[in-house]
Amino acid sequence: MEGQLAHIGAGLAAIGSGAAAIGVGNVAGNYLAGALRNPSAAASQTATLFIGIAFAEALGIFSFLVALLLMFAV
Amino acid sequence: MATETHEATSHAADAAASAPGMPQLDFSNWGNQIFWLMITLVAIYFVLSRIALPRIAAVLAERQGTITNDIAAAEGLKVKAAEAEEAYNKALADARAQAQAIVAEAKAEIQVELDAAIAKADAEIAAKAAESEKAIAEIRAGALVAVKEVASDTATEIVSTLGGKADVKAVGAAVDTRIKG
Amino acid sequence: MASEAHGAETGGLVFHPMDQFIVKPLFGGDTIHWYTVTNVTLWMALSVVAVIGLMVLGTRRRAVVPSRSQSIGELAYGFVYKMVEDVAGKDAIKFFPYIMTLFMFIVMANFLGLLPMSFATTSHFAVTIVLALMVFLTVTIVGFVKNGAGFLGLFWVSSAPLALRPVLALIEIISYFVRPVSHSIRLAGNIMAGHAVLKVFAGFAAIAVVSPLSVVAITAMYGLEVLVAFIQAYVFTILTCVYLKDALHPSH
Repeated sequence: MEGQLAHIGAGLAAIGSGAAAIGVGNVAGNYLAGALRNPSAAASQTATLFIGIAFAEALGIFSFLVALLLMFAV
Repeated sequence: MATETHEATSHAADAAASAPGMPQLDFSNWGNQIFWLMITLVAIYFVLSRIALPRIAAVLAERQGTITNDIAAAEGLKVKAAEAEEAYNKALADARAQAQAIVAEAKAEIQVELDAAIAKADAEIAAKAAESEKAIAEIRAGALVAVKEVASDTATEIVSTLGGKADVKAVGAAVDTRIKG
Repeated sequence: MASEAHGAETGGLVFHPMDQFIVKPLFGGDTIHWYTVTNVTLWMALSVVAVIGLMVLGTRRRAVVPSRSQSIGELAYGFVYKMVEDVAGKDAIKFFPYIMTLFMFIVMANFLGLLPMSFATTSHFAVTIVLALMVFLTVTIVGFVKNGAGFLGLFWVSSAPLALRPVLALIEIISYFVRPVSHSIRLAGNIMAGHAVLKVFAGFAAIAVVSPLSVVAITAMYGLEVLVAFIQAYVFTILTCVYLKDALHPSH
C-alpha cells in the first residue's frame, strides 16, 4: 500500500518536469524574441541564456529526483 | 532526508543481490567513487597544467607571432612595391622630359638652319630680282629709244608721204611729248 | 519496494532503468572497499586516457597549421579560456587549469557514458557532489582570502531598501549554500534522467509491435543526450566561472 502511494507521489512529482519545461521554453523563447529584435547583441548573451536554462532546468531535475526517490528509495 | 537515506542504505544492503533501488544512493560505494574521482582529477590536472595547456598556449602564441610577422612582411613588401612604382613613374617622367628637351633642341636647330636657308634664299632672290630689274630697265630704256626712233621714222615717213617736208627736230619734239603723255 | 515490483511484473515487459548505474568490482568479489577497482575506475581511467589523447597526443606535433585533433584541442582550450576570461574576469585566469580540468573531465565522462554498455560516472551523486563541493570550497576560500570580511558584502544587497536588506541577506545566504546542491544534482540528474529514459525506451523494444518506434525514439533521445552531455559540461563550467566572479568581485 505504502509503495503504491509512493508511486502515485512519483507520478505527481513528475508534473514538475512539465513545469520546468514551461520555464525553459520561456527562457529560450524570450531570448529568441530579443535576439531577433537586436541580433547584434544576441551573441554576447548566449552565456546568460544557458545559465538561465540551467537554473530553470535544475528545478525540473529536482522534481525528477523526488520522483526517483519515491519510486526506488521509499 | 535523513530517514530516506537511512532507508536507502538499508534497502540497498538487503537488495544488493537483486535489482537495487537507486545505485546513486547506495552510500557503501561512495568512498570508492570519491577515491577514484580524486585520482582522476589530480591526473587530469597534472596532465593539463604541466603538459597540455602550456603546449597549446605556446602553439597559439607561435601562430599569433607567425601571423603578425607575415603581416609585417606583407606591409614591407607593399611599401617596396609602392617605392618601385614611384621610381618607375619618376623614370617615365624623366624620360618624357628628356624626350621633350631633345625635340625642342632639334626643333631649334632646324629653325636656325631653316632661317639661314631662308635668308640665303631671300638674298639670292633679291639679287636675282635686282638683276632682272636692271635687265628690264635696260630693256625698257632700249625699248624707249627704239620706240622714239621708230615713231620719228614713221612720222617722218608719213609726213614725207603726205608731201610735206619733215622737220626732224619738230618731229622729234612731237614724238617726245606724245610718248611722255 | 522497487525490486518486489520488478519481481511481480509479468508479460516480459521488464524495466530496470537504474541497473546501468550499479557500481561493480571489475575483478570479481562482492565487497567494495575504497580501493577496489570497479567499473567507476575503468571509465574514469578511460576519460583520463581520452583527455590525454586529445590534449597531449593530439597536440604533440605543435604544428602552426594544426591537424584535426590538434585543432579540436585548441578549440577546447580557446572555448574554456574565453569563458573564464569573459565571465570571471581577467584575474581569474590563474584558475584556468582548474576549470579546464573540471570541463575536460565532465565532458569526456559524459561522452564516454553515452557509449553503449558503458558506465556514466557523472550520473553518480558521489562524483558530482565532490566536484560541486570542490568548486564551493574554492570559491568561498578565494572570496575570503581576496576580500576578507568584504566578501560578506555579497549577501548584503546595498542597492535594496534598508528594510528589505536583512530578508534579502537571508535569501542570499540560503541561495549561496544551495549552490553546491543544485550544481551537483543538475549534472547528475540530467545524465541519469537521459540514460534512464534511454533504458525505458529500450525496455519497450521487447514488444515486437512497438519496437521500430522504440528504436526511432532511442535514436532521437540519443541525439538529444549527446547535446545534453555537452551542454551540462558547459553549464557546470560556466556556473563555476560565475561563482568565481562572485568571489573575485563581490560588488553586488
